[in-house]
Amino acid sequence: MGAFEFLIQGLGTALQPAMLLYALIGVTLGTAVGVLPGIGPALTVALLLPVTYHLDPAGSLIMFCGIYYGGMYGGSTTSILLNTPGESSSIITALEGNKMARAGRGGPALATAAIGSFIAGLIATLFLAFLAPWIVKAALAFGPREYFALMVLAFVTVSSAFGDSTLRGLTSLFIGLGLACVGIDQLTGQARMAFGVPELLDGVEVTTLAVAMFAVGEALAIAGLGSRAADEVIPVKGSVWMTAKDWSRSWKPWLRGTAIGFPIGAMPAGGAEIGTFLSYATEKRLTKHPEEFGKGAIEGVAGPEAANNASAAGTLVPLLTLGLPTSATAAIMLAGFQQFGLQPGPLLFATNPTLVWGLIASLLIANAMLLILNLPLIGLWVRLLTIPRHWLYAGILLFATLGTIGANPSTFELGMLLGFGLLGYVMRLFGYPIAPVVVGLILGPMAEQQLRRALSISQGDWMTLVQSPIAAILLGIAALAFIVPLILRQSGKGEVLSQLAGDED
Amino acid sequence: MKTFILAGLMAGLTALPAAADYTIIAPAAPGGGWDQTARTMQTVMQGEGISPSVQVQNVPGAGGTIGLAQFASQSAGNPDALIVGGFVMVGAILTNASPVTLADVTPIARLTGEYEAIVVPAASPIADINGLIEALKADPGAVSWAGGSAGGTDHIAVGLLAKAAGVDPTKINYIAYSGGGEALAAILGNQVTAGVSSVGEFEEQVKAGTLRLLAVTAPERIKGVDAPTLKESGLDVQLQNWRMVAAAPGLTDEQKAKVSADIEKMVKSEAWQKQLADKGWSDTYLAGPAFQEQLAADIASTEAVLKAIGLVK
Repeated sequence: MGAFEFLIQGLGTALQPAMLLYALIGVTLGTAVGVLPGIGPALTVALLLPVTYHLDPAGSLIMFCGIYYGGMYGGSTTSILLNTPGESSSIITALEGNKMARAGRGGPALATAAIGSFIAGLIATLFLAFLAPWIVKAALAFGPREYFALMVLAFVTVSSAFGDSTLRGLTSLFIGLGLACVGIDQLTGQARMAFGVPELLDGVEVTTLAVAMFAVGEALAIAGLGSRAADEVIPVKGSVWMTAKDWSRSWKPWLRGTAIGFPIGAMPAGGAEIGTFLSYATEKRLTKHPEEFGKGAIEGVAGPEAANNASAAGTLVPLLTLGLPTSATAAIMLAGFQQFGLQPGPLLFATNPTLVWGLIASLLIANAMLLILNLPLIGLWVRLLTIPRHWLYAGILLFATLGTIGANPSTFELGMLLGFGLLGYVMRLFGYPIAPVVVGLILGPMAEQQLRRALSISQGDWMTLVQSPIAAILLGIAALAFIVPLILRQSGKGEVLSQLAGDED
Repeated sequence: MKTFILAGLMAGLTALPAAADYTIIAPAAPGGGWDQTARTMQTVMQGEGISPSVQVQNVPGAGGTIGLAQFASQSAGNPDALIVGGFVMVGAILTNASPVTLADVTPIARLTGEYEAIVVPAASPIADINGLIEALKADPGAVSWAGGSAGGTDHIAVGLLAKAAGVDPTKINYIAYSGGGEALAAILGNQVTAGVSSVGEFEEQVKAGTLRLLAVTAPERIKGVDAPTLKESGLDVQLQNWRMVAAAPGLTDEQKAKVSADIEKMVKSEAWQKQLADKGWSDTYLAGPAFQEQLAADIASTEAVLKAIGLVK
């Protein structure tokens, strides 16, 4: 049987009423945990593993896929409406999405996120089905030096997310990089900047920082303004649905986001966040409406949301082809496979095609179900914004706290949440952008570790960084992205550029 | 009426024989070995009626020492509280200079264990363990090893191997990965010379011919694994990544005996054995004074090797 027949057969299995019910439970649960900050799909699947022991393998795996995709999608809802990213991969979504929601365009923002996630999920799942063995070969060619080059590229391009002032953006970034140094150094096992506090040994949790900076900081800022809060949020302006213009501005970012997110998700050390950063930066460079970026540009929601869902499918490439779990959720899904006596690995496609294709088919089903579940709910979601502000933010604080405690039951973690919340408030007060702090915390350790690994393998020879073609090309692109704007500025095209990049003082 | 029913229920509940409602702390994030061990215990204990309701709580961080510290202080004297731990925790307590150690809880039994395997990519010119040792002796820095976190089982295995081969363990070029398959990807992608991890982690790759299995750290050949032991190659190295369960500090002898009996019942059940087989873990059940002795010996040898590598001063 060829791949295509297997897929049809898998779809036949996944379309049975009982299986559809499992898929529905999965996506509903996934969306719910995605919405709650702190509680992620990994914990949910872990909690459900013992429950599913008595269910049949296909049903439980379908449910897990639903949770996985649902979690990736659910995080965007709170990002857009409440400026509170539920997952670290939806941090970038908050940048433009929340601005849109405040201007009464929450509906289109949610819709472009939902449809973009669907399209990205669909394309990426088909890639996973038909190209996985080849993609994984390419992904394995990425060693420490190639990852380091990718991180350099991410640092250079992501600076476009830094807001209006480069100086302020860099200050924020370095706060994040500083926080990233806290904890046990992965390569030597030595504690850094932990000051003897055991809770700091594992460093600062990205979701804690993101929830604190975005949600708690925002709540404090609103409370600080009190009755002087002038910029009233407009719940709905115009249609809740996407206009023709929204569609025409969204479809390219969806496809580009998929093209960026999927391969990076497939890399064993890629992760979902970097894809969203790169997608946002790409959209900001390519947009025909640069003036809208930072004020609610739909491209800035469509691209990153497509990228994070595509990377979710990408993560399954090394899991299914090599048995490599590259995210916490993938690790638990691996445990789920083992529970049913299956060992994912290079032979899984050959030894157990029915189940692999059933799984891929259920990803397609889960993806479609998410869209069906979420599109009608958009009208309901945007009504969240009509809740009086003091109640809304009290509720956000409650969920932020619950989520943090749920993920890590420790008073210290809660203290960090409040401390970083205060930091977020002060930064807002003085006009420093928030996102670069979180970006620094995510990219900093990755770049550092990969650089040190590369140098360790080469025994200290820096030339190793440019001796691999992939790394050299990536570094070359990064250098161009850095130098070309400088040259343009020198040759008197600075004005055009500052308008384009929007990152001038 | 409602109060009456409620009172009746309460009376009924208290009248039941005292089967413990265990809470198991998994001192790691969901998905890892300790989390899976705790959740497997949960499934089996509930399924076998050893305990009507078992909760698993994740307290991640710092090689399990954060969960351990919290457990020691908050659960003292509570006979229903359990914590999962293991060899990695022994190492983490030493490298982090953790104020709370396994002496502050009540170790009950060793449950499972996995031996370590040493592999090279299929494309590597190194054909057997002797070839690898020769390369290591010629230039320790030129042989890069991929494995799990610094100071963990994999790192200790490389340190022991170097020491046994007469190479200075501080000179080894160990590249730590955060586990989760990243190390495996680096080995498969030919980024490093060799790799170290548990036998099961490499099994599928070795079967598919993408990795070459050079040796295992077991005392004798493992059934179904086609590789010599390090001992056969003249290297006196034996290492097992074991996992254990401990109870709270400050228990009476009776309470301790009850927990030990419950654990023994779990380990002896068919459901537990089936779970171990499914997950590829071997049954290394060891309890009572024999376990205490083994634990003390493991702590001493781990401290010695971590000092030799230079991770513990």
